[in-house]
Amino acid sequence: MTTPAIEATGLVKRFGATTALDGVDLSAASGTVLGVLGPNGAGKTTAVRILSTLLRPDAGSARVGGLDVVTDARAVRRRIGLTGQYASVDEDLTGTQNLVLIGSLLDLSRRDARTRAAELLEWFDLSDAASRPAKTYSGGMRRRLDLAASLVGRPSVIYLDEPTTGLDPAKREEMWDVVRRLVTDGSTVLLTTQYLEEADALADEVSVIDAGRVIAHDTPTGLKRVVGGQRLTVRPADDADLADVDAVLRGVAGSAGSAQAVVTSPQRGVLSVPVTSDDALARTVTELAARGVAVTELSLHLPSLDEVFFTLTSARSGGAPALPSPPSSPAPTRPVEPALEASR
Amino acid sequence: MSTLTLPGTTAGTGAAAPRPFALARHSTALAHRGLLKIRRTPEALIDVTLQPVIFLTVFVYVFGGAIAGGDRHAYLQYLLPGVLAQTIAFGSAAIGANLNTDIEKGVFDRFRSLPIPRAAPLVGAVLADVVRYAVVAVVTVGFGSAIGFRFGGSAPAAVAGCLLAIAFALCLSWVSVTIGMLVRSSGAVQGITLLVMFPLSFGSSVFTDPATLPGWLQGFVRVNPLTQLVDTMRALFGGTPVGAHLGWTLLSMAVLLVVFVPLALAAYRRKA
Repeated sequence: MTTPAIEATGLVKRFGATTALDGVDLSAASGTVLGVLGPNGAGKTTAVRILSTLLRPDAGSARVGGLDVVTDARAVRRRIGLTGQYASVDEDLTGTQNLVLIGSLLDLSRRDARTRAAELLEWFDLSDAASRPAKTYSGGMRRRLDLAASLVGRPSVIYLDEPTTGLDPAKREEMWDVVRRLVTDGSTVLLTTQYLEEADALADEVSVIDAGRVIAHDTPTGLKRVVGGQRLTVRPADDADLADVDAVLRGVAGSAGSAQAVVTSPQRGVLSVPVTSDDALARTVTELAARGVAVTELSLHLPSLDEVFFTLTSARSGGAPALPSPPSSPAPTRPVEPALEASR
Repeated sequence: MSTLTLPGTTAGTGAAAPRPFALARHSTALAHRGLLKIRRTPEALIDVTLQPVIFLTVFVYVFGGAIAGGDRHAYLQYLLPGVLAQTIAFGSAAIGANLNTDIEKGVFDRFRSLPIPRAAPLVGAVLADVVRYAVVAVVTVGFGSAIGFRFGGSAPAAVAGCLLAIAFALCLSWVSVTIGMLVRSSGAVQGITLLVMFPLSFGSSVFTDPATLPGWLQGFVRVNPLTQLVDTMRALFGGTPVGAHLGWTLLSMAVLLVVFVPLALAAYRRKA
């Protein structure tokens, strides 16, 4: 594909004194998933609203399927489906009525609109609730109805603004499944999320945005190479053992050949380190046992958004994040702001 | 979740081809949404159902004797078209508040991301309100008849009077819609709209003969579009000639549309 399905260049949007977007570039090839990863207030929703023609950018431009979102807004709207952060279905209407309404607004005949509503409701496992008002739906059902509503017009580009926020893990897996199938059918998906895990599970490429700027763009694999594939987190039963834990973690992470074994303390009494080798967990357990350290928590997980930001913003501010974590004075939980300021 | 593949979401097929008369068609579809909502929550009609009953009762039996020098029956004939018009004016306050809520909840985001005319959600909401106003007409005339109101003119003239009131309400709705687009909370919309409707309904010929008012107030009453509407309806209901009142009513309806539809749309674009 030569024309990207979604292409935004230098998007700027201000609300009064607040700059929501400060020159954002985004691009998604047709038939792929672009993950937009960032914390609350980073500008993710503003970017989605511009790309779905709900907002005009103050500067920069955006094209969807080669069509400008400002000058060709009407044509863009025929190609997109939008699922907002909060489910924007009409609570007084039933599932069927919600979807039929969208169908008739998309100029389907009454019969086609009903058929389409029925097949979407069935596909989203909502057939039993089809004739109940949406206000009686659970959170997960509402999300599914909202997503179904955005698919009535068979859009080629679908925006999912934090589609799994507030869903329990099982429902999240279901939603992921849906997204994967949409892409299999040839749609392009732009997905905003606060979870690296979600971007990793779904996205072909990830743009990390913070404070209205893209601070990294890569494949999930590339991103993890930068921020450390997984992190090992340990909480000793006794805070007095933190020094021992620190030493063990440095040993495990360092010997795996990682350039900087940065032990951080995401919470009081907890130490965390990026690890790359497969046997890191086993070795940590062995060494902690050898030192006689009892732990209440020991886990191997993908970095949290905080940790991603810490690493990315530190890298941008030039050089190693010189933050040794002496157990007596744990590093701040979110050293993002100062690092970011330094990078500006 | 079904294991079937997603039905027909083959990317790029897009929605059906655009067809003409989009505004009328999409507004009608959205008006249908309004009707479905009324059916779901009929209690939303309580204001327009009870208000004319209360006002007719209070004004005929509490104030009627004093206002009309003891002849309550004659006063009812004078009052009924006024109460009909007044209830409609107050009933139009709800639409701005409702639209304000819709926008807050994000329902309008979905509409605005669809290839429909920008004005369609607003026009649709205004059209759905016809049901509210029809309820006002039926309740007012029904209850009025029960306590002694009689049409003096022909049946078509009576129907024309009610239809004129409903048409006027549709034009007046745009004031409430405009306020709904300008103000931040739906509670404030309701308050401000009522604040506008209060002088409009009491500073008119709804309850009393303007000849009894001080001169400066008579000036306001004469240019008040509600006075013109009520006087037209009185003529139609009573079987007397409408005179110039009908012309003024139609003109004020046109002015309401010309001024407030563009204002509402501009505010809608800015808000949304």
